[in-house]
Amino acid sequence: MEVDGLYSSWQLDEAEGEQIEALKARSQQPIPDPDEWLEGELKRNILLTSVDAILDWARRSSMWPVFCFPACCAFEFMTTAASRFDISRFGMEIVRASPRQADLMITAGTLTWKMAPQVKRIYDQMAEPKWVIAMGACAISGGIFASSYSVVPGYNRIIPVDVYVPGCPPRPEALLYGIRALQKKIAKTSLITQG
Amino acid sequence: MTVLSGKEIAHQIEKKFPKSIIESSPQSLVVDREFLLPVATYLKTTPGLDFDYLTAITAVDFLDYFEVIYQLTSLRRNHSLVVKTRCYGRDNPSLPSVVKLWRGADFQEREIYDLFGITFEGHPNLKRIVLWEGFQGYPLRKDYL
Repeated sequence: MEVDGLYSSWQLDEAEGEQIEALKARSQQPIPDPDEWLEGELKRNILLTSVDAILDWARRSSMWPVFCFPACCAFEFMTTAASRFDISRFGMEIVRASPRQADLMITAGTLTWKMAPQVKRIYDQMAEPKWVIAMGACAISGGIFASSYSVVPGYNRIIPVDVYVPGCPPRPEALLYGIRALQKKIAKTSLITQG
Repeated sequence: MTVLSGKEIAHQIEKKFPKSIIESSPQSLVVDREFLLPVATYLKTTPGLDFDYLTAITAVDFLDYFEVIYQLTSLRRNHSLVVKTRCYGRDNPSLPSVVKLWRGADFQEREIYDLFGITFEGHPNLKRIVLWEGFQGYPLRKDYL
């Protein structure tokens, strides 16, 4: 099946393969978790205190998640979003299909190397400030697939992760706890310390 | 759904194609790879058999040979049959493609090609489907890793 003129599907496949191999080669080590917020306390007392307070309040009170649900943890996320657990209590009921309108990536599911470039691209397209919650065992470390030939052993190989929510899958309460933990973390972030 | 006896169908096929059946049991029959396409065509077009639907193809690595398993169904007659075939050699095993008979074989033959390294001759678009270009090895083979 050739596409006339521009490129063939074979060239597309080859380019995709090269992209995946390159990403795999430079993702052999985990990306360190963002930790500037731990040291932020001193600096925020010196200046911009009230600006910080308002910005952090605004940021943590309206986090919109982006679609990134490659596997079964997505069902627990759906339960969390639906009326029984209801994440709209935390101002984040709108799940955005466009990364441009999202602040939070909840990585609900196993990530394969073939899918990894797309997830990294979605993350790169999200506007700053942005956060990532690694939901479930697969997102944290690859879970039971950690030694597989095709699975990324943890999202922190390709994107920095702010909060880890363990479980296989985590209960909605656990995810809500993780979201609350992230909100507490954002409350401690300062304009100056945020890279 | 009636599950047809592999033994009975094997007798029927033997009359038409002598020496085409390697072995047969009530559950399945094993066809020589040289006869795969004629037998498959026969199973699809013979009135009374009418296997017009390919439920699934899968493959098994027995180290000495690869066995490829075709699960056939007739929607008209409401019966089913399991047909197997074997291909030898680990460097470049190959089988004739059945895509021309059952279009549903397209993606599944590509998957077997991707994960077992079995080439299907006559497939219109035989390229990787699950893994990416440049991946080394065939993960579902017994000697992988």
